[in-house]
Amino acid sequence: MSTSPLSLKEQGSFVELDARARVRALLDAGTFRELIDPFERMTSPWLARQGVVTQSDDGVVVGKGRIDGQPAVVLAIEGAFQGGSLGEVGGAKIAGALELAADDNRQGVPTRAVILFETGGVRLQEANLGLAAIAEIHSAIVDLRQYQPVVGVIAGSVGCFGGMSIAAGLCSYLVATREARLGLNGPQVIEQEAGIAEYDSRDRPFIWSFTGGEQRFRTGLVDAYVQDDTADIRSTVVGLLRRGRPKVERSDQYGHYLERLASYDARVQATPDIVRQVYHVNPIANANSAGAGHA
Amino acid sequence: METFDFQYPAGQPATGRVMVGVVGSGDLEVLLEPGTPGQTRIRVTTSVNGYGAVWQAQLDRLFKADAQGWPAAQLEINDFGATPGVVGMRVAQAFQTLGNAAAGDAS
Repeated sequence: MSTSPLSLKEQGSFVELDARARVRALLDAGTFRELIDPFERMTSPWLARQGVVTQSDDGVVVGKGRIDGQPAVVLAIEGAFQGGSLGEVGGAKIAGALELAADDNRQGVPTRAVILFETGGVRLQEANLGLAAIAEIHSAIVDLRQYQPVVGVIAGSVGCFGGMSIAAGLCSYLVATREARLGLNGPQVIEQEAGIAEYDSRDRPFIWSFTGGEQRFRTGLVDAYVQDDTADIRSTVVGLLRRGRPKVERSDQYGHYLERLASYDARVQATPDIVRQVYHVNPIANANSAGAGHA
Repeated sequence: METFDFQYPAGQPATGRVMVGVVGSGDLEVLLEPGTPGQTRIRVTTSVNGYGAVWQAQLDRLFKADAQGWPAAQLEINDFGATPGVVGMRVAQAFQTLGNAAAGDAS
């Protein structure tokens, strides 16, 4: 695999696409319709007051359309704007779209949702309003997944952290690339809390070995590990949607996870292999992913 | 953060709306909408203070060189530290995307 920018474009890199292009790529051709588009100028009322330039869509793209011929809504976070952070407006766009999708289902329209995570979590400049919006996203995912699977995609390169990592954990299925990272706290926060001897945030291979897409797949927290290829990611998302709702949602298996974590001796320094062993035995997840075969 | 307004002579109003770019490091977004006939108005909001003269020079170069050729537009530029070169490319991309859309090439 060559790594020149030109060949990345030629091979159809998904990571290289901006949020709007990602939404377009996932929806069936010609079905994309944007809700609250940039020209409505629904921007953050808080950033400008703090001297921060706003973006016309507040870094969130809401695309309605179809996937695999079925009604769908795709929610994409733009990682390049303020680190993909979620404030009041962007958070409300995602929560509102998920709530509308659940309402569709209650009225017999089987709208599914795909969330493209590219986010450091809450936007610190909007503090509590961002946190409240993320909590609304959490409950909206839990509501919608009663009817349809909610698929999350973490492509990279920002990853998915903070309150939005909880949103990812609530999804019925998660898709990740090698570039992706998933964690509650970002590396610098962990380093600050745990000390550089335990967690060096500048050591990239080390960071990815614990929170990268492949490790999260090996530990069963991610359902499909994919190449950074738009066609591949699209067909994986379609495949997961066709599978329908999982027998048991991952977040409903918290008892299992708590038990596994309780069994771990925290005096032993964790390694990626140890983490895989701790998470490995999971009959429910294995039953859910039977036949998935994506590695 | 600073805001500047500019005005240039132009052709007939643009026939559509276009948005390109992102308010990310070293980049900017451009929102292009139809303007009043013969006039392009530009509002720039930038994260970097003290570069009013550079904006003036770069936009003069873009719009005075081709004043009557480009359609009249209302441009909103939200900048996060783009270099003049990137500004030029994003503005050109916005007008080019507009042209493609008018020619029926929905991009």
